[in-house]
Amino acid sequence: MSTVTTTPTAGAAPAAAPSSAARGPVRATRPDERYRRGVGRWFVLAAAVVVALLMLSPFVIMVLNAFKSPAEYSQDGPLSIPSELYLDGVQNFWTRTNFPQKLWNSVFISALVAVFGTLLSLLSAYAIGVGRIKGRLWIVTLFLVANMLPQEALIYPLFDMAQKVGLSNSPWSIIIIFTVIQAAFGTYLLASVLGTFPPALLEAAQLDGAGRWRILWQVVYPIVKPTLGVLMIFFFIWTWNEFFIPLVMLTTNDTQTIPIALASLQGDRMMDAPTTNAGALVSLIPALVFFLIFQRTLTRGVTAGAVK
Amino acid sequence: MTTRTDTEPQAGPRPAPAATRTPAARRRRRPAWVPYLPYLLPGAVAFVVVIGYPFAMNVYYSLFKWRGGMAPMRWNGLGNYADLLHDSAFWTSFQNSIAMILAMVVVPTLIGLVLAAVLFDYLGRRFGPRVAAFLRATYYLPQILPVAVAGVLWNWILNSQTGALNVILRGIGIDSPPNWLGDTTTALPSVMLVLIWVQVGYPVVIFMSALQRVDPELYEAAELDGAGWWRRFRAITIPQIRPETFVVTLTCTVAALKVFGPIYVLTRGGPESSTLVPSYYSYLNFFDKSKVGYGAAVATVLTLVIILVAVVILALQNRAERREQEGR
Repeated sequence: MSTVTTTPTAGAAPAAAPSSAARGPVRATRPDERYRRGVGRWFVLAAAVVVALLMLSPFVIMVLNAFKSPAEYSQDGPLSIPSELYLDGVQNFWTRTNFPQKLWNSVFISALVAVFGTLLSLLSAYAIGVGRIKGRLWIVTLFLVANMLPQEALIYPLFDMAQKVGLSNSPWSIIIIFTVIQAAFGTYLLASVLGTFPPALLEAAQLDGAGRWRILWQVVYPIVKPTLGVLMIFFFIWTWNEFFIPLVMLTTNDTQTIPIALASLQGDRMMDAPTTNAGALVSLIPALVFFLIFQRTLTRGVTAGAVK
Repeated sequence: MTTRTDTEPQAGPRPAPAATRTPAARRRRRPAWVPYLPYLLPGAVAFVVVIGYPFAMNVYYSLFKWRGGMAPMRWNGLGNYADLLHDSAFWTSFQNSIAMILAMVVVPTLIGLVLAAVLFDYLGRRFGPRVAAFLRATYYLPQILPVAVAGVLWNWILNSQTGALNVILRGIGIDSPPNWLGDTTTALPSVMLVLIWVQVGYPVVIFMSALQRVDPELYEAAELDGAGWWRRFRAITIPQIRPETFVVTLTCTVAALKVFGPIYVLTRGGPESSTLVPSYYSYLNFFDKSKVGYGAAVATVLTLVIILVAVVILALQNRAERREQEGR
């Protein structure tokens, strides 16, 4: 299954490209240019680097201005390197949003959704992929459609329901909602992975007298563990980045997640350039750290999503 | 959805969806799947409570005039939907959805195709995989940024008075640079540029990993035949990674139709509805104008449009696959 076996893209190059064959640069239309690859390739590299710089420039501007005093900003503009490290922006953002609390809210919600969502996906996918339940095609389709629904088509009733059961403005409402939404996708993905599960393994386990519950945890689970890992990382990041439902459901300061806290500071009079940039920078760091830690798994995961 | 849902992971010799007809032929005596039902139960209950029931309720609300909360619900039949037909803001929002598709699907996919092929097939071979991997990471960076954070950052960069872009422009002698997000003519293109910036990395990463699947011998044979880079790109790269192109198109189109966060933090649909999108319009009706029934109708229409578009894309994919098989 491609999901599990794809080599991490990082560093996997086409082994030994034949260097003798002539390869033309991008714009090579005239045949003689094909042989001047020594020059052409630098142009292509330069173009790719220019694109990379364009992509990076907002980040660079953000970092430059996160530590620049407002006075220096109005004098030297956004492109200058700050002459001294101005930390008021970070401090301002940190205390105004009570950042540690927002960080904890985000981590708490995303981590629990990742765990519960993966678990729920595994259970449903076990029934669909291994149990081959009747009508499974419809079930999977339903889950897939559920994943495509705009959240606006669910929000008002969900908001109402949360109030009725006393979960309004509670992180648990978010955790429950996203566990299900993420699991809808997870079930779809895992079900097709488990649909290819080697029957021989299952039969062997059955002959050994293992029940369905034991087969799930002792035969199936160890084998799909890498896929589950990718799913967990996905669920974590997706939930971390969610905006709409947390915006509506989490109405007070102390329950909000990082993206909501940052967005709700917008338009605030106190939001000068350093505070805005420091806020964006600080808010991006957890996601960046998480990305760097799991980069290899994630690249594989993105691939897994692609080949579905 | 009547399309065969073999959007399931393809690849590999696998019984795929046809398996519906050969249900576990090994154990024929009694339906072997019945004991597995309990495993589906938690998922099914959760699905009904969190997605099925709320969605049904939303459709139900859309048939009423209702200001939300304790206010009385007045039956309106299909009145809300009829009103939508004459609501210019509603039509504007869907018109802007097309711009969102352009910015989140069409442009990133085209750029992504070229970038991925250049990185993989050209730069990767001439400068080594590390260079290619590094460039790919920089293209992907905006994707890991929470979209709200990206929006806040860009909102400041594009701010007419204090934003970085206009300060730079004034610095080089342009006296009255445009109010990027505050002017009806520039707001939508500015939002689109931000979305392209956010989105480009996704197809690059997916296409690059797709290219690893392609048999290198195809390229070598084409090279020996004297095909240049561009010919090989068109004749080999694009057809070979078609499945991934469909997946990217489908997922990004759905995302473009659903887009909310960037609009909320960049423009709130303004100025003068010039960047209004359906999801934001529905949000406005729910929580700002207290027209819950009307907002529910917008959300329902949006749902139908998304499903319709998804079905069309899946049908096109099936047809392309079938044609390819027949061609062989």
